[in-house]
Formats: sequence, structure tokens, C-alpha cells
Amino acid sequence: MQIIFKLIESLGRNTLYYINDLGGMGLFLLQSLRGIFRRPFRFQALLKEIKGIGAHSFVVIFFTAAFTGMVLGVQGYYTLSKFGSEGLLGSAVALSLIRELGPVLTALMITGRAGSAMCAELGIMRMTQQVDALECMSIDPFRFLITPKFIATLIAVPLLTLMFDVVGILGGYLSGVQLLGVNPGAFFSGMEQSVVNKDINLGIIKSFVFAVIIVWICTGRGFLLLKGRSGFGAGSVSRATTQAVVLSSITVLLWDYLLTALLL
Amino acid sequence: MNEPIIKLVNVHKSFESANGTVQRVLRGVNLDIFPGMTTVIGGASGQGKSVAIKLILGLMKPDSGQILVEGKDIAVMGPKELNKVRANFGVVFQGVAPFDSMTVYENVALPLEENTKLSKQEIRQRVMQSLEQFGLTGHEDKFPAQLSGGMLKRVGLARALQLQPKIMLFDEPTTGLDPARSLEIYRLFYKIQKEMGYTAVIVSHDIPKIFNLADQVVVMHEGMAKVFNSSEDIQWSDDPIIKDFVEMTMGHIYQSKLENE
Repeated sequence: MQIIFKLIESLGRNTLYYINDLGGMGLFLLQSLRGIFRRPFRFQALLKEIKGIGAHSFVVIFFTAAFTGMVLGVQGYYTLSKFGSEGLLGSAVALSLIRELGPVLTALMITGRAGSAMCAELGIMRMTQQVDALECMSIDPFRFLITPKFIATLIAVPLLTLMFDVVGILGGYLSGVQLLGVNPGAFFSGMEQSVVNKDINLGIIKSFVFAVIIVWICTGRGFLLLKGRSGFGAGSVSRATTQAVVLSSITVLLWDYLLTALLL
Repeated sequence: MNEPIIKLVNVHKSFESANGTVQRVLRGVNLDIFPGMTTVIGGASGQGKSVAIKLILGLMKPDSGQILVEGKDIAVMGPKELNKVRANFGVVFQGVAPFDSMTVYENVALPLEENTKLSKQEIRQRVMQSLEQFGLTGHEDKFPAQLSGGMLKRVGLARALQLQPKIMLFDEPTTGLDPARSLEIYRLFYKIQKEMGYTAVIVSHDIPKIFNLADQVVVMHEGMAKVFNSSEDIQWSDDPIIKDFVEMTMGHIYQSKLENE
């Protein structure tokens, strides 16, 4: 009997905790959005964040895209040559990159590279009372800390996605055309015919949605550090960061499916 | 007698931890703080001293009770009103809470940049002047991580005083400082209080050292606040808890006397 009571009790407590947590994150998103419209706007900080989130992710995205494209070229060639339709390689590579892999892999790489950094930075600021200090100086921490990161991510992720697509396609060209000998004319003309505006739009919509997911979850987990269950001390920041990366990655993949299914 | 600038009326606050146990940190705290006065809040760790500070700043809401700042209850205020009240406060947190990605200069200049319409030049002039006052000239381009503990506290003080607050809250001003440095911080604090006339609330373990500064001493124990108006009152108190506390904080002084005899 005791055990059953304990089980029900902990079930209830956990449910309440998660609902509370979800509510906290929802409220955080609303306050972040409101913070965007507060003045004065911190333009310098925005530039710094774009540099941190965008420019510094360039190399990671470049290599991820290049190798992804090259693998797609090889794999696509292997599959398509079974049906004697290597000529379709260009459209296969371009479509999978633009519709799926570009937005998703960019989002995952940015989560790992910049999202974790955002979460840890805000978590440490919360822990060392820097957020409290801002509030006590009548400075809105959302406008001051979150807004620059929010807008910077919304600018950087779609741009990096576009770059991912281009570099990926060139990677596919390198492996498919240069190494495996697919006809370059067929590679590009097939691409031109099969990729339509709708595909590109889907990719762009996805990248914007993913950007919101990344910045929301990663800044939120850090900012709400002591309200979560991550405990206290240095360990709490590392736990919150891990949590943010895992949660953000899974949410990105979930929404990838939802958006693909909805907008097909 | 004039009205208290800060008044806590029957304030309760408890926290629930992840496993469901409830910790009742404050259980009906009553406290009056009068303008221009220095109040020292003491007590062993974990007795709710920092919680009391956070409640006064509106960083936490009490479970019940009132927290009146200049007669207005900040527990039921909206964010806009709360911001106005907070403009009266200057705070130095336990770890100073410097913005660690900013230089000393940027830290001290921030409140002026964000809350006043002063020009860049005027801000520069004011900040450099107060850096000089706090003996920080030449360190303005350093980052907080490059400073010693004492310097960091002075940066915190300088930052907190930029907007000329009516009330200064100082959480553990001397943790991590050697005796000479902590005396230096207290002297500085006292000197500036004489100049600016702010009301001071200091949370501290250094009860004996700080007696000279205090107009009233508040000892927190088991969620209650016991108020003493002078250092004699507290030393001769019959209350066993206070006796314990006095012995704990000043024990070594008496012990060494005994040893000498």
C-alpha cells in the first residue's frame, strides 16, 4: 500500500512539475518576444551575437555541409545507378538538401555550437546573480540579454541554412560529377527542373522555425536555471546545458516532421 | 518618530525542494528600518538572511505578509511600479555579481547608460571620478576576473552608488576578504554613507566588527527576526539562542581571554 501511495504521489508531483516547467517556458517565450519591442535597442550587442552565433559557426557548417553533400553524391549514385538513372543525381542531392538536410543539420549544429554556449552563459549569469543585479538596476533582462540572442539567431540560422544548401550541392557535385563521372550538364539541368519555389520556401520556413526553437529552449533553460530541477552549483549549469541541447535537438526533429507533413 | 522606509510585516516564505519537502525559511518576520539608519542582519548560514534581502528587492514574492517600501507594498506591485521603487535601491550582492563580460568601466557606467539621459562624455566624467574615489583608477579596462576580492567589492559599491540610491543593501560585504581588507570596505562604506546619507542594510557574519556601524542589529533564527538596538543589548541578552549566537561569533575573543588568565 505504502509503495502505491508513494508512486501516485510522485506521479502527481512530477506532472505538476512538468506542467509548471512548460508554463514557465511559455511565459519566458512571451516575455522574450515582448522584450524585442522594448527600447533602447542594443545594436552593438546584436552585432556581437550575430558574430558569435553566425560568423563563428561558418567553419562548422561549411564542413558539415561539404561532407553531407559528398556522401549524398556517393550514396545517391550507388542507388540511382542500380536503375540506370544517374542523371537524376543532381535533383536527388538538391532536393534532399534544400527540403530536409540543410535546415535540420544546420539547426542541430547550431544547437550544439551556439545553443549550448547561450545556455551556459545565461545559466552562469543567473547563478552569479548577474540577472538579479540587472533587475535591481531597473534594466529589463529580457531586452538586455535575450533580445540580442533572439534576433541574432533568427538572422544567422536561415543564412547558414542557405549556405549549407549551396556548399552541400557543391559537395555532391564534387563526389558525383568529379569523382564518379556523372554528366555535369545532367547534374545541374535535373536540379533546375525538379527544384521548385515550394521546396525552397519549405526550407526557409523550416530554418526560421528551428531558429525560434533553438533560441527559445537554449536561452530559456539557462535563464530559468534555478527554477528547474538542475539543482545548484556548477553542476546545475552543465546539467541545464545538456538538457537544453537534447531538448532543442529533439524538438527540432519533431517539428521537422510536422512541418514536412503539413506543408507537403 | 518618522515613518520606516522599509517595513516587513509578518512575512512568511517557504521553499519546496524536488523531493517534496518544504523548508520554512521565514516564519513571520517583522522588521522596521528607518531612514538614514544602518541595520545589520546577522545569523547563522541558512537562516534566511539572503532571502530577506531578495524579498526587500522584490526578486522574490513572500508567501504571506507585507513588504512596505516607503509605505507601498512591493509584493503586490506590477513590474513597472516595482522598477520605480527599485530606482531607490543600490545593491551589492554576495559575490558582487559583476557583469563578467564587461570591463570595470563598463560595469560602473551601465546604470548611468541605461537609466539616465546623460551624454557619453558626462558619463565618462562621472565614472572616472567615482573610480578615483574608490581607488580603482588605472583598472578601468580590466575584467572582473582580473581583480582581487577587495577591488571587486569596491567595483560593486561604485556600480551600486551611481544612481545615488536612498537605500543601500549589502549582502555579505566581507566574505572572502582578509581582516584588513574587510575593515577597509567597512570604512569606505561608512564614509560614503556620511556623504550621501543613504539608509543601509548590511547582511553580515562579522557581527562584532560591524557593531560600531550599526544602529540596530537583527539576528535571524529559525525564521524569526530578533531586533536589538545596541551591541550591549545583544551581548547581555538572556535569550539562549542569542547567547549561543554571541558565543559562536565572538567566542574566540572570550576564549583567548580565558587562556590568558
